[in-house]
Amino acid sequence: MTFSRMSSLVQKTRLSEMALLFDIKRYAINDGPGIRITLFFKGCPLNCIWCHNPEGISPEKEKMYTLRKCIGCCTCVKACPNEALKFTSEGIVTDANRCKLCGKCAEVCPTKAMEISGTEYSVDYLMKEIEKETLFFDQSDGGVTFCGGEPLMHPDLLKRLLILCGQRGIHRVVDTSLFARPELVMEVALLSELFLVDLKMMDSGKHRYFCGVPNELILSNIRMIAEMGIPFMVRIPLIKGVNTDKENITRSAEFLASLPGIRREVALLPYHDIAKNKHDKLGTLYNQDEVPMSTPSEEEIHHIREIFLRHGITATVGG
Amino acid sequence: MTTIAQRAPKSVSNFASERPQCSLGMNDRIKRLRKESFDATPSLSIERALIETEFYKENYGKYPIPMLRALNFMELCKKKTIYIGKDELIVGERGPKPKAVPTFPELTCHSVEDLHVLNTRDLQRYTISQADIDRYENEVIPYWKGKTQRERIFAHVPQEWRDAYEAGLFTEFMEQRAPGHTALDGKIYRMGMLDFKKQIAGELAKLDFLNDPDATDKQEELTAMSVSCDAMIVFAERHVALALEMSEQEKDPKRAAELKKIAEVCRRVPAHAPQTYHEAIQMYWFVHLATITELNGWDAMNPGHFDQHLAPFYEKEVAAGTLTRDEAKELMSCFYIKVNNHTAPPKVGITAKESGTYNDFVNLNIGGIKADGSDGVSEVSYIMLEVLEEIHLLQPGCSIHISSRTPDRFLREGCKVIRQGHGYPSVFNTDTYVNELMRQGKSLHDAREGGCSGCIEVGAFGKEAYLLTGYLNVPKILEVTLHNGMDPVTGKRASIQTGDPQTFKSFEDLYAAFIKQLHYIVDMKIRVNNYIDKMFAKYAPATLLSVVTEDCITKGRDYYNNGPRYNTTYIQCTGLGTITDSLSVLKKHVFEDKTISMKKLLHAVDCNFEGEEALRQFIINRTPFFGNDDAYADEIAVKVYDDLYDAIEGKPNTKGECFHLNMLSTTCHVYFGKVMGATPNGRLAGKAISDGTSPSHGADTHGPSAVVKSLGKLDQVKSGGTLLNQRFMPSLLKRESDVVKLAQLIRSYFALGGHHIQFNIVDTATLKAAQSTPEDYRDLLVRMAGYSDYFNDMNDDLQQDVIARTENEAF
Repeated sequence: MTFSRMSSLVQKTRLSEMALLFDIKRYAINDGPGIRITLFFKGCPLNCIWCHNPEGISPEKEKMYTLRKCIGCCTCVKACPNEALKFTSEGIVTDANRCKLCGKCAEVCPTKAMEISGTEYSVDYLMKEIEKETLFFDQSDGGVTFCGGEPLMHPDLLKRLLILCGQRGIHRVVDTSLFARPELVMEVALLSELFLVDLKMMDSGKHRYFCGVPNELILSNIRMIAEMGIPFMVRIPLIKGVNTDKENITRSAEFLASLPGIRREVALLPYHDIAKNKHDKLGTLYNQDEVPMSTPSEEEIHHIREIFLRHGITATVGG
Repeated sequence: MTTIAQRAPKSVSNFASERPQCSLGMNDRIKRLRKESFDATPSLSIERALIETEFYKENYGKYPIPMLRALNFMELCKKKTIYIGKDELIVGERGPKPKAVPTFPELTCHSVEDLHVLNTRDLQRYTISQADIDRYENEVIPYWKGKTQRERIFAHVPQEWRDAYEAGLFTEFMEQRAPGHTALDGKIYRMGMLDFKKQIAGELAKLDFLNDPDATDKQEELTAMSVSCDAMIVFAERHVALALEMSEQEKDPKRAAELKKIAEVCRRVPAHAPQTYHEAIQMYWFVHLATITELNGWDAMNPGHFDQHLAPFYEKEVAAGTLTRDEAKELMSCFYIKVNNHTAPPKVGITAKESGTYNDFVNLNIGGIKADGSDGVSEVSYIMLEVLEEIHLLQPGCSIHISSRTPDRFLREGCKVIRQGHGYPSVFNTDTYVNELMRQGKSLHDAREGGCSGCIEVGAFGKEAYLLTGYLNVPKILEVTLHNGMDPVTGKRASIQTGDPQTFKSFEDLYAAFIKQLHYIVDMKIRVNNYIDKMFAKYAPATLLSVVTEDCITKGRDYYNNGPRYNTTYIQCTGLGTITDSLSVLKKHVFEDKTISMKKLLHAVDCNFEGEEALRQFIINRTPFFGNDDAYADEIAVKVYDDLYDAIEGKPNTKGECFHLNMLSTTCHVYFGKVMGATPNGRLAGKAISDGTSPSHGADTHGPSAVVKSLGKLDQVKSGGTLLNQRFMPSLLKRESDVVKLAQLIRSYFALGGHHIQFNIVDTATLKAAQSTPEDYRDLLVRMAGYSDYFNDMNDDLQQDVIARTENEAF
């Protein structure tokens, strides 16, 4: 996807009543303080090649097919009103030109091998789901985390949910790329209690290559919220072959150290390639450019932590 | 030899590498004793059977039954081999050596064939020599033929009972072990056997032979109790003699002094009340041995709130400088090893299938609250947790008891041990079970002193006989309902006719038929249980257990004969997840949506879904199942649970009290699954049904918070215990903060009134590897359904069961 197309998505305001989510996760323990429920909004302006939720990138519904779960009963083939499906030796194959994403195939599939990623939920429904977990929020000082995709691509719905949760005293975290208009970032910041922000890499050209967009807007937004004193946590995915080189780590540490306020912590998330499985399901190709990506070794992580430490920043690993 | 302690630290796959490894605090003595206990092979000892058979031949008919039992116990104490092992500090074995298990022919007399099977089977093997088998055949078996408790019971039961029993609709606990499941309160730390004898003499003196028609019975029982006290002292004195003898021959002066100390301790206890921490542990251990020697109670015995009983001794001695924390921990470790030395006696027949384990369910209750309502956690509690973490043996089972006033530190320390993945400790909600006990009519004081004896069932420690009578196969009741009283597995009639299900017009019709079947089965089980209860009261009084159980002395009645202050009878219902999900399928697809006809579903179930995989998958993926915080399924679960309660609760037992509902399964859900065809929820024939009140395996797809919300909808105070097994993948417990969140999850469940929760922290890869190379995973302890067992000691079905449980894998 091109940057210009992404930018237009950023500007697009969705006024629809329904939120398009691709997952709701309960007992989420890696997305902020306490025991949380995490809502995954569909659609993201970035397109990171390692993205482990690739179904979160497109803001539209998508079909996902899991060959391993398919028992070859062909119920879907019979049910498709557009004759878009065919049963082959490699399971069900969808003719993308005929498929209208009506979802009939997923509806009838007995094993859920055929699924539509992306479900529309009303705000009311989501509030009920969130409030089911109140007990755990109370016990653990947890709450709700809005994640994605990019939750800021759904500004109206996000804001309404943030306000409703705020009224009920539910702790609110927004996990965002911060690739969004500064005004919107500020609005959302005022309604939430904590931002989780990714700092993927410092070189804008590389960022554009690996993530589909340059990083100036992201960095300036991070600086902005830091200057406004808005609480946020920085997380860095560590992908060997992409961003674990000494230069990038040092520049990241320098950038964080240069921010106003006390900023002493960063969470390092070592890369894993579970996304491959999801790409298979989406029928898309993982890492098309065959960038050599791997998990950094314990030793490399140790060195990276040391670099941060030299800049007065404690780096934790995981979550 | 690979021992657990020597095994390499857990790999990254199970635990975060940055987590500090637990320090191994076992000293050399404990390491040696532990290794010896771990390596010992369970064997059968015929010594008890020989002594008892000789005694019965000589004396049966000469004495009233209670006296006969007490004198038999005295004979055993006088004649059995006394064992004091190298390095031991706490002494005494039930058999002639560690893991040598006696038999109890007066209850169930093993046949020659049984003995051969036990000697040669792959799992839960008990070795026995051919010479011993021959002696058993010639000296023991002929005498007991026709006289055992088991034969008495089976001679009585009606054909309808047999039909249902053989179909696997329920099991019967007491057909080959004595009713047990007991735990003690604090009285043995205040009174020695001589004090009990004085109390008994006082009661004997008060007997009114003119106005009390039971006076003679009471006299017999009390006299027998007194003899039992003497027998215990004789038993201890023989340890004194052996310890002194060994001390004289001992070349190592340090060990010689230890042996003298052992003699000193055994001279004081159990004759007198203990004065030191060491004596207190030895006191309990002698009482433990005595109760499991006089009879063979289900779930041997348990000290109850051991930390609370020991804390005053510990604190006094530490303050006085006569005991260090390390010494206290060493003695505690010795005690744990002693418990591990005591393998459960082997069973026969159906009971061997449904309870195939070495575990004798000694469940140490750690934490909880005291009788005055204050927090029961002490330094001894932390010592017990440390020992549990370090020693890592099959037994004793340990549980932590959490009330709203239990400090978070204690819960967190417990969660850290849970994270180790040994399966221990399980977690109990003190506030809920105090309510349960009070609902059953116990006083506040007695309820607070209560807890969990073996698996998850609760009772008033030291004051109650709470007998588990057997498991009820609730999904099987639906199966026979769907077949109009026939057992589709055997093709035989197993129950009454309640109508052809294809004629049912509504879900309510079906449910009414199910309830009718339920009541029929429960009533029949109760009828036979009451008979069995009487058999034990008559033929197998437990005169020593009666001494240490409150009110037996003052009432002059036996533990099995309404002697204790409270007398509860439980029926344990198994498979709430399977029955709920099956009913949910019937309700939604057959009667509401009409997407599947009753005929089609019955056909699919009868042919084990062969050729109907699409239907089976549709059911599994498109039905609301229990354990997902889904109102549709959870309402069915609540209804079934309430109806089980109605069917059981309040039915009179033989002691003027009544039956209560329990939701325990131990490993019986595997046996129950084996005797069943496929179920409407898509479960295939022969596969395990769900355990206790846990969701069906794999049905809980919304994570642990949804599971506890679903379970929280059951009004758990109405039961005598529910059971929730929650498999946890190690990835959910990588960081310190994850442990805190686990503690918060537990607190959340308990805020909903949850009774019990336990966690299996294992990864599938490890389990699969363990199946292919078991010798490398001998230490792999898996906790399920109320107990822990070595994975390698489990049969294939159990292993598959563990693997099949939902994995809460989260990235």
